[in-house]
Order: sequence, then C-alpha cells, then structure tokens
Amino acid sequence: MDSIQDITLVQLFTSYIFILILIAIVKWLGIRREKEILIASFRMSIQLALVGYLLTYVFENPNPFITVFIILFMQAFAVYNVYNRVKTKISTELKKIIAFALFLGTTLSMLYFDFIVIQFTPWYDPRYFIPIAGMIIGNSMTGITLGISTLMDGMHSKRQYIESSLMLGATPKEASRFIVRQSFDAAILPTVNSMVGTGIVFLPGMMTGVILSGADPMIAIKYQIVILLGITASVSLSILLLLQLGYKTFYNNKAQLKKTT
Amino acid sequence: MFQLKDVKVDPILNIKALHFEQRRITSIIGKSGSGKSTLLKLLNHLISYDNGIIQYNGQDISTMDPIQLRREVVMLSQTPSIYDGTVKDNLLIGLKFSEKDTDSIHDQQLHDLLEKFDLHKKLDENADDLSGGEKQRLAFARIILMDPPVYLLDEPTSALDDETADEVMERFFQFIKSNQKTVIMVTHSLKVAEKFSDKIVDITNINDKEMSVTHG
Repeated sequence: MDSIQDITLVQLFTSYIFILILIAIVKWLGIRREKEILIASFRMSIQLALVGYLLTYVFENPNPFITVFIILFMQAFAVYNVYNRVKTKISTELKKIIAFALFLGTTLSMLYFDFIVIQFTPWYDPRYFIPIAGMIIGNSMTGITLGISTLMDGMHSKRQYIESSLMLGATPKEASRFIVRQSFDAAILPTVNSMVGTGIVFLPGMMTGVILSGADPMIAIKYQIVILLGITASVSLSILLLLQLGYKTFYNNKAQLKKTT
Repeated sequence: MFQLKDVKVDPILNIKALHFEQRRITSIIGKSGSGKSTLLKLLNHLISYDNGIIQYNGQDISTMDPIQLRREVVMLSQTPSIYDGTVKDNLLIGLKFSEKDTDSIHDQQLHDLLEKFDLHKKLDENADDLSGGEKQRLAFARIILMDPPVYLLDEPTSALDDETADEVMERFFQFIKSNQKTVIMVTHSLKVAEKFSDKIVDITNINDKEMSVTHG
C-alpha cells in the first residue's frame, strides 16, 4: 500500500487563497459574514495545529494515564459545550443529569466498541482510542444538545397541555411522554439520517482519512460500520439516560409542574 | 367534601374558611385575576398552598398521593386538550391516564356518549380536525367516561358559543344529578352559575374574610 502524500506548507497556504477569494466575494455582496468566516478559519487552523503537535507527542509516547486523561477532558469539554449551546437557562439539577448522561452513555459505548468489538492492544493505544472517542463523544454531544433543547422547549411551551393531562390523573411520566418522544427523535434523527446516506451521498470523514492513508477500502469500511454503530449506540444511550432522568426535574414531589423562573 | 381553613397562596388567595358540600354543584364566580382558577387547582393539588389546611373527605390532601387524588377529583381545563390520534383515542385517554381498564368499554357506548353531546363524528376520525367547540364537547364526554366522584370545571363554556354552551351544560348536569356527583365550577358567567348550581361562591367575598358559604 502507498503511504499518504504529504501536503507541503506552500500547498497548505494555497488552500487559504481560495477562502480569501470567497471572503472578498461575500464582502462585495454585502452579506457581512466575512469576519465570521475569517475568524472561524483562523481558529480552526490554530486548534488543529495544536492538536497536531499534541497527538504527535501522545502517539509517540503511549501512556494509559495520558489517554484516559484526554478522554475525560473531551467528555468534560463536551458537557461544557452542551451548557453553552443551549439557548435557555438550564437548572442545576438538569445540568448534573446532562453531565451524568453524557459521561455514562459515551463511556459504556467506548468500553464495548473498543474492548469487545475492536480489541486493539495495548488497550490504551491513543491511535485508536482518541479518534474513536472523539467521534463518539462529539456525536453524543450534538445529540444531547438537540434532545435537551427540545425537552426544555416542550416542557415550557406545552405547559398547559401537560397540566391538562395531570388534571386527568396522569403521572408525570405519562404527561410528558410525548415530549420525551419528540426529544428522542430530535436527538437521534441526524445520526439515523447520516447512516442512511453513508456511502451513497457522502463518504464519512473517518473513512476518507483511512482510505487516504493507504489502507484497503474494505478495512476502512469495516471500521466505519463499527464507528457508526458505536455512535448510534452512544447517542441513544446518552439521550435515553438524559430523558428518563431529565423530565422528572420539571416536576416537584407533589407531581406538580414546577414554576418557571 | 372539601374543607379549607386559613389557606393562603401568596399573593392571590387568603381564605379563612370555606366548605364545599358533597353531591352539590357549586359555582365560583369573581373578577378575572381574583384567584378562581387558583382555588380550583388547590383542590386537586395541582398547585401547593403556603399556609393552612385543605381536607378532602376529612383527609389532609397534603398527606395524600396527588395522582390518586386527581383520579377522584377530575378537572376539566379551560382550553380543551386534544391528543394526537382519533376521536376514540381522545375519549379513552382519561381512563388510560388514570390507569383504568378500557377493554370493557364498547364502541357503542362511546358512540352513544358522542351523540349525547351532539357530536356526530366517527370514532376513527382524526380528533385534530374537530372545531374548537367540538373539542370542548369531546373533552366533556371524556371526563364523563372517567366517572369520578368529583368534577372540577374551569370556565367550561368559554370555548363554546352561547347556544351550544347551554345545551352541553344541560346534558352534563343531567348526568351529574342522576349519578350524584359533586361539581365545583369556575365561571365568569353569572347566568351559567345561576342556572346550574346549588350554590354560588363569590371569591371576592371569601378572600380575606371569614365566611362559610351556605347561601344560593
């Protein structure tokens, strides 16, 4: 197998020229998004450069503590990101549940897919552990953000509806069932859609990377299947934990909807 | 049936003493914002009170399971809530919510109930296609099917035009009287209150004043 062709610094800078042309067009058309595109491109480059150095070091010096630390850092950052991306104020109680659901959901999925399915050695090999964790945690983060937004929005806007159900003797679980279902759909749909389109509409980034690095496409595809199933499992598990525990935070111990602040 | 003592919900309600009798129809009237709906929601423990005591059949409701209480004291909300699904689903959902058996209920029974409320709809029709007034009548049929001892009605006629309102209320209270139910109803319409209730409570009179209501 051929190994991957390197990109020289000059070539790398050439790719920015295209973006600069684009920015000029955006500015000329008066769309006023040139700043956002510029900052995002710059930020992405710096972040990736730093990660590049970090990964080079970590890959050359495999160490179980460093691997586990990086995973924990990624999970913590994902939780923090969910808090920031949800527009409305999240209650402290719900924040704890978000952290718990994301941590447990992703950890259990990683344990299963890393150690039972793929079984790489040594178990802490950062070349496998870190990219797989990145995909699983990143997708779960997106799922949880969508799910929690739908849940909070539904519990707020459908308040009257929920109260009507309580008036008919419904338990909080029954009264919020339809919102929980909607939230699950909102969280899982992007993952389901991406599975349906994979291979036909687009080649996932992970597979592209593996193929570019010179591996047999069949191996790349097998990895991709495992990863997509791992992502689906992790998103589902995280969101189920979140919703089953989360809807309860909107009620008090008298089965009343809490007052919104 | 219901006994209230020194019940306070800041800053809306302050009731020294109030008594609702069993198998009677009591109307609560008063200006909007006077706490009528709040009072109703206290009785099925949908909201909590800051102070005082509320008894249902001699039992302090704060010691009762609120869900069990609401299955005996069923409340009809001001705006009818219609759930995804057919007319039949919507009729049965009250029983399902209160975890009661729905297998023994035949379609004919549901059909008769709809007819009683002048709803000429098929059971498998999509409930969302009903008009506002039809939805409210469906909501009435739903709570009759639940057959609890006590009903709380929050502005039951607000979604109905005058003519239909009269007819629907007539049918409903027919059922109430022949089945010896207790009803506590909030209404802004003195006409509805006078026509159908055994007693009328003006909430502006009982708020902050000691008064047991027996007139009407």
